Amino acid sequence: MTKPYGEKLSENKPVRCQKCGKSVRPKAPPLLKAKPTEIIEAEFVPPVETYPGKIVEVKLGATRGEGGTRGKSMVVGGETTPAFYTFEKPTPHQPVITLDVFDMAVPLAKAVKMHVKEVVGDPAAWAKLAVEKFEADMVTIHLISIDPLIKDASPKDAVKTVEEVAQAVDVPLVIGGCGDPVKDADVFAEIAETFAGERFLMSSVTRDMDVERCAQFIKKNGHVALSFTPMDLNLARELNHRLYDFLPREDIVMDLTTAALGYGLDYAFTNMERARLAGLMGDAELAHPMSSGTTNAWAAREAWLKMAPEWEPRELRGPLWEVVTALTLLLAGVDLFMMMHPAAVKTLKEVTRRLLNGGLGDANKFAEWFSKKI
Amino acid sequence: MSERETKGKVGVKELSPIDVYKLLPKTNCKECGEENCMAFATKVVNREVPIEKCPPLLTREYEKAYKQLKEMLKPAIKEIVVGTGEKAVKIGGKLVMYRHEFTYFNPTAIAIDVTDEMADEEVLNRVNRTAQFSFDYIGQTLKLDMIAVRSTSDNPDKFKATVEKTVEKTSLPLILCSLNSNVLEAGLAVAPKARPLLYAATKENWKDMAELALKYDCPLVVSAPNDLRLLKSLVKTLLAYGVEDLVLDPGTFLGDGLGDALNDFTMIRRAACKRGDELCGLPLLGVPMVAWMDRGEAPEEIAKWKEAYLAAMQIVRFADLVIMHSVDGWSLLPNVVLRQNIYTDPRKPVAVASGLRVFGAPDENSPVMFTTNFALTYYTVASDIENAKVNAYLLVVDTEGIAVDSAVAGRKLTAEKVADALKASGIEDKVKHRKLIIPGKAARLSGEIEELSNWQVLVGPRDSSDIPKYLQQKWQTQT
Repeated sequence: MTKPYGEKLSENKPVRCQKCGKSVRPKAPPLLKAKPTEIIEAEFVPPVETYPGKIVEVKLGATRGEGGTRGKSMVVGGETTPAFYTFEKPTPHQPVITLDVFDMAVPLAKAVKMHVKEVVGDPAAWAKLAVEKFEADMVTIHLISIDPLIKDASPKDAVKTVEEVAQAVDVPLVIGGCGDPVKDADVFAEIAETFAGERFLMSSVTRDMDVERCAQFIKKNGHVALSFTPMDLNLARELNHRLYDFLPREDIVMDLTTAALGYGLDYAFTNMERARLAGLMGDAELAHPMSSGTTNAWAAREAWLKMAPEWEPRELRGPLWEVVTALTLLLAGVDLFMMMHPAAVKTLKEVTRRLLNGGLGDANKFAEWFSKKI
Repeated sequence: MSERETKGKVGVKELSPIDVYKLLPKTNCKECGEENCMAFATKVVNREVPIEKCPPLLTREYEKAYKQLKEMLKPAIKEIVVGTGEKAVKIGGKLVMYRHEFTYFNPTAIAIDVTDEMADEEVLNRVNRTAQFSFDYIGQTLKLDMIAVRSTSDNPDKFKATVEKTVEKTSLPLILCSLNSNVLEAGLAVAPKARPLLYAATKENWKDMAELALKYDCPLVVSAPNDLRLLKSLVKTLLAYGVEDLVLDPGTFLGDGLGDALNDFTMIRRAACKRGDELCGLPLLGVPMVAWMDRGEAPEEIAKWKEAYLAAMQIVRFADLVIMHSVDGWSLLPNVVLRQNIYTDPRKPVAVASGLRVFGAPDENSPVMFTTNFALTYYTVASDIENAKVNAYLLVVDTEGIAVDSAVAGRKLTAEKVADALKASGIEDKVKHRKLIIPGKAARLSGEIEELSNWQVLVGPRDSSDIPKYLQQKWQTQT
């Protein structure tokens, strides 16, 4: 279709003369057809696809009626189309945001610290702030102090911290370990048993942990596993597959690793986008809701470092860094965001709420941008 | 893995070097610079060289083969050039819908606007800030690409004067914005050969705009806010009119229209890449600056913030060009970095070679540090060590191109790897001490590294910007 009308007619190929048999070139016809004077109608058929797979729905948190003590539970997953392809199917659940709470003082970017400095060291107060002021859907309690290299706090100490947080807020909780595969398993086991039925998300179960043991205490006590792998879909499939021996698919959320904007976000984005498309195309081992440690955005020095004046203020640059990291992964299919900065949380909530409506916009309001003074 | 490919057309991934080789002269003449035609065909399939690099193919003898190859290699999204000369910008040219299916070409161009009712000083200031914007990132310089001149006056003389001022100041390509063809032509009169992008043909003015585009040989935006049927009809009409270089503007909306904005872009791109709809196979224009339209009394920062996140979503979802208003570094930086990230080639790891690097003139007492081979980590650490002007050794450990914290979590960076790298590097013959400074984010490996390597571990800073201070305070007291 992109050929101009003239091209085909002017090829001017030799043809054989029917009378004498000689090859002759016909005269070139006039170059152009008449230009259209009216709009030539074309059809647009929305390119709707069907997918054999569906992302599994996972419930986080349990209310009293559901066997726990939370005020509400949240559901993630359930998609039957790529992220927010609402021209195909509605998005079943608004993505969920869980805010980071640490059980001890940790290095924080200035832009974050200014919002939480009153509550650092008091996880219960921090959790309250996250829920009541910053409108977190959930809270992640990071048990940094259990790290054998830091304070080596005992599983009992960890249970006490979780108890305080669970009393302070009634949202579903994510239980964050320290990264030590042995210690995390011991602590998770204790917490799983103490808070049986709460459907806490255990963050996380990794390949070098005793996967069988973890899956068993998660199953037995009614919690959810966060299956974490380092940016490799084959490893993600493999770990999920191992978990299936003990856990129903509805008890598994996966974390494929989040790298910050500027520090490998492209890997994270493509990995998650591929996983989501694969899940929809029928790869059941990848058809799990995805969680992102979006807080990793703050690992980028451009998020927190004081830079030359033309890049300031960092109080805006930092949270925007977190927002851009989050939105990129939102469009890859992430269902659960672990976040840090209140402004970033607010924006993500606003965007996902609007996207859920998918198609009630007033085009005219924005259509005249080219002639409006600002 | 991917969605269904276009029927009847060879998908970009299925195209093999043999398909290209069959149509080449097969003389192994080496005029292209490759060893033989097969090597050239491989590079052509990977889009590392254009077929025009084969001189014989451009002769009359191979005319047919050339045309066939051109068709075979044609991208799903047409590539369109805006501007002329060195600063000309290519937009579109995408082969695939999803990045992992191949790679994305032609990073989303970013244009900053000026208007014909801004004071001269403001116009010049904005043009300068756009032209001079520069950020160094993993050995690349990230820049802005274009200036959009908008007519808010609807006055041809005013528009002409602003375009004139702009082209005097910069050779960046222009987008000329007005629905009034008289206004646009006044602007074109002072930039007749500059090949600006014209904004825009609509259902009312398309004939006048088509004439302008043909007269000045300019690419033209087709605008039909949230009406894809009209958009396609206009494209069909303009193509029949003879205007070939078209850019699509299905509209950019905020608020409850955000879903429409994303859906429109996605549907158009899928129709082009997966359904072979050539009327949709054109570059997409996003306008994040609509964030300034319903600002009301809110502070400017709110509009800048909204504009920035809208731009990010459009860069991820298929925009080939965006027009923005804010020239603030804090709001632009995340987007130029995002654009670089999304447009890196997923077929190649972003890694540097592992091994020992030397900074300054180190001796047997100089500090030894290590980092990962992820390109960004390496360049950041290297530049911090260079800025500190210290003599030091830096051992680059192969973590498969993963940054320190992710590599520790993902076991791509282990004590074994560090110990092996130390041994293999020959550093033990170069320094007489046995003290290794490790990244703060790899602190948990300390004990194991000491055990396996017999080196003493000093835990360094968590961010390499603190290396100079660290060396000054800790290393000097150590030695």
